[in-house]
Amino acid sequence: MEILDHLLQGFAIAFQPLNLGLVIFGCALGLFIGAMPGLGSVNGVAILLPMTFLVPPTGAIIFLAAIYYGAMYGGAISSIMLGIPGASTAVATTFDGRPMALQGQADQALITAATASFVGGTVSVVLFTLFAPPLAAVALAFGAAEEFALMMLAFATFVGLGGDDIPKTLFSIFIGLVLSAVGLDIISGQPRLIFGDITGFMHGINFLVLAIGIYGIGEMLWTIESSKGEVKISQATVTVGRVMDSLRKFKNYGKTTLMGSVLGYFVGILPAAGATPGSLMAYGVAKTISKHPESFGKGNPEGVAAPESANNAASTGSMLPMLTLGIPGSPTTAILLGGMVIWGLEPGPLLFVEHQEFVWGLIASLYAANVFSLLINVAFIPAFIWVLRLPFTILAPLIFVLCIVGGYAPTQDMHDVWLILIFGVAGYLLRKLDYPLAPAVLAIVLGPLAETSMRQALLQSNGEMMVFFQRPISGPIMITAVVLFLLPLFKLLKARWRASKAANPGA
Amino acid sequence: MKILRNAAVVPVVASVVTTLAFSGIAMAGWEPKKPVDFVIMAGKGGGADKMARLMQSVIEKHKLASKPFIPINKPGGSGAEALVHLKQKAGDDHTIMVTLNSFYTTPLRQPGLGVDVMTFTPIGRMAEDTFLLWVHKDSGIKNVDEFVKSAKTAGNKWIMAGTGKGQEDQLLTNFLNKAYGLDMKYVPFKGGGRVAKELAGQHANSTVNNPSEQLGFYEAGNTVPLAAFTPDRLPLFKDAPTFRELGQDFVYFMQRSVVGAPGMSKEAEDYYRGVFTKVYESQEWQDYMKKKSLQGAFMTGDELKAYWKQEKEIHKKMLKDIGEI
Repeated sequence: MEILDHLLQGFAIAFQPLNLGLVIFGCALGLFIGAMPGLGSVNGVAILLPMTFLVPPTGAIIFLAAIYYGAMYGGAISSIMLGIPGASTAVATTFDGRPMALQGQADQALITAATASFVGGTVSVVLFTLFAPPLAAVALAFGAAEEFALMMLAFATFVGLGGDDIPKTLFSIFIGLVLSAVGLDIISGQPRLIFGDITGFMHGINFLVLAIGIYGIGEMLWTIESSKGEVKISQATVTVGRVMDSLRKFKNYGKTTLMGSVLGYFVGILPAAGATPGSLMAYGVAKTISKHPESFGKGNPEGVAAPESANNAASTGSMLPMLTLGIPGSPTTAILLGGMVIWGLEPGPLLFVEHQEFVWGLIASLYAANVFSLLINVAFIPAFIWVLRLPFTILAPLIFVLCIVGGYAPTQDMHDVWLILIFGVAGYLLRKLDYPLAPAVLAIVLGPLAETSMRQALLQSNGEMMVFFQRPISGPIMITAVVLFLLPLFKLLKARWRASKAANPGA
Repeated sequence: MKILRNAAVVPVVASVVTTLAFSGIAMAGWEPKKPVDFVIMAGKGGGADKMARLMQSVIEKHKLASKPFIPINKPGGSGAEALVHLKQKAGDDHTIMVTLNSFYTTPLRQPGLGVDVMTFTPIGRMAEDTFLLWVHKDSGIKNVDEFVKSAKTAGNKWIMAGTGKGQEDQLLTNFLNKAYGLDMKYVPFKGGGRVAKELAGQHANSTVNNPSEQLGFYEAGNTVPLAAFTPDRLPLFKDAPTFRELGQDFVYFMQRSVVGAPGMSKEAEDYYRGVFTKVYESQEWQDYMKKKSLQGAFMTGDELKAYWKQEKEIHKKMLKDIGEI
């Protein structure tokens, strides 16, 4: 019961008036930071880091963690309402959240997102509370080979994502992989595909640039064309009754949400992965295990619940390697890590022993952050819905401006703005030609991780491919991935066999 | 438009708060007329980034500047993106940059960039980071002799993890290979923290991390420092001899300097020099240097330029040795 003792102490710290105030303020601020495209949790935390000198370190990390958390909730809002991912972690939420909003179920989508985030956040904090030190050992055991196996598993969960047209899906994946290769190659130290010396390409193509282009600009062009100027987004009304109804419906997605929570948490723990791959994987798995995979991408609430539970769980998970190993599990925790340096705390295996007040105060505050994020989020839903009532002639320029600002803000480089416009137009044309775009987005997120880890593992093993199958952790993951890759093929063969059997009953 | 308006309030509030905090300070001479771009030639969360944010915090906490310093990460191409950015900002009084040793190596490896670091404005060397040779405790290796023996037996199966290709860690690996007749394999990872973890998880046999990167694992007893690439033993790791003591005359540091855009006005240069001298002297910076085993006195102006020139020559020779240029 030592853990319970620690946790109670933690709650005593988290519920000190100053710290509790910081949690609430942080959650509210994070919610809006997350909802603003381009102002994700990374930028929000980075901007506010120096301000935390005003409070003690425990209060500071509680504040920043609350922003991080709130932003995870907030990212879903613009994904659902505007079709622009508010943060990279919320891209998968657009896949089904946006169609739901267009069908007049925006309120349900928002509530599903908020509730799933809450479940994901809470499940992961419980896991964190109970198993932090042993799980740190798991993170440590994850080397390059294991990382590659995990990436393969992520790709495998997306085999079915592109729909039926396999060549078009492959094309989309390859476009994503080529785009992900742009920039400095870490293994050889050489720049790749920078077209002479265009410096903007040196930092690679930011995944958010592609996502904002395709989903923000592309979606807008698509809406303009398909509506021929007379846009009528079916409007949602919000009443207490509808909210309660949505909450009741939520239990139907309980299984998906739990899956997303646990998956997201484990992906979050692993260094280098983080919430974006976690949410994409959860979406892929949700679709794979669903009884109605064809309804995904057309407004299935499970397609919102899975990534939203996963990205919150992953954000908790990525604090584990940060605290215990001193390695950031996500870009935002990298900034938090910098904060710990400023506050004079040494992350590492001893942090849990030497700075119990800090660690357990943080953990306890995460429980509180979840509750407040949910409450604030639900309270503001009517305000969000109101956005959808705006005439499209006002909304479209606004989305456009948000896209441009969102692309410019992270790197402050006009190069990225031009890329967004190009991707927007290209994405629109590809969509017209019925190419699935989600696989390209997945490829640009996972491509660099998969490539680097594969080459590192092969360097370590002197080019021996079997390294991926022989190691105790990577082996089972890799085999699962291979099975998942082959599953559609197997299903196809089985269907053919059945069909031929039905055609010739005697044979 | 409620969400949009509220969301837009965030940065506004942030800047108002900082502006209020800074108003009322008057200093003689030149002062920045707008927020200063504080470019970091590395990604978020790395060593350079942490240091830059610490400097920014010290500046804000002690109100050392009348306008905020805004950190911008430009990690592309081992700092190439940042160097080119600074070159393009020639004559600008509001752009400064935190550098590391890719300040020398990247322009040497990519002459096509047309960057001459000697044209940059020398504002201040804030510290020199140190390097040590590390192994995992479970390897049982206790000194450099045992290390050499094990690494020799393992041949090219001995894995040295480090940050990018052609950068500090590889230069040191190359030195060790040459000095002791080893054939260690160099595997690059992104960031020193990740490299430290590779050793702690025993996915690599050794590393040449900075103290700040290994400190957590060292204190937990997971990793052992064998020797330091410094002239004298480091106070934090008294048991680790220097390579000089072991008969190898080799010393290597990572500079942590602040530079200004080329052709910055004399007044602005003096202003930033004043700000960073105060940062260097602050309690926070001094504590940080002690805690992370950083060395080096504050250095600026012609002295700093002479230091750059000398370091650039050393790196040129090292890069030639490993065939990178």
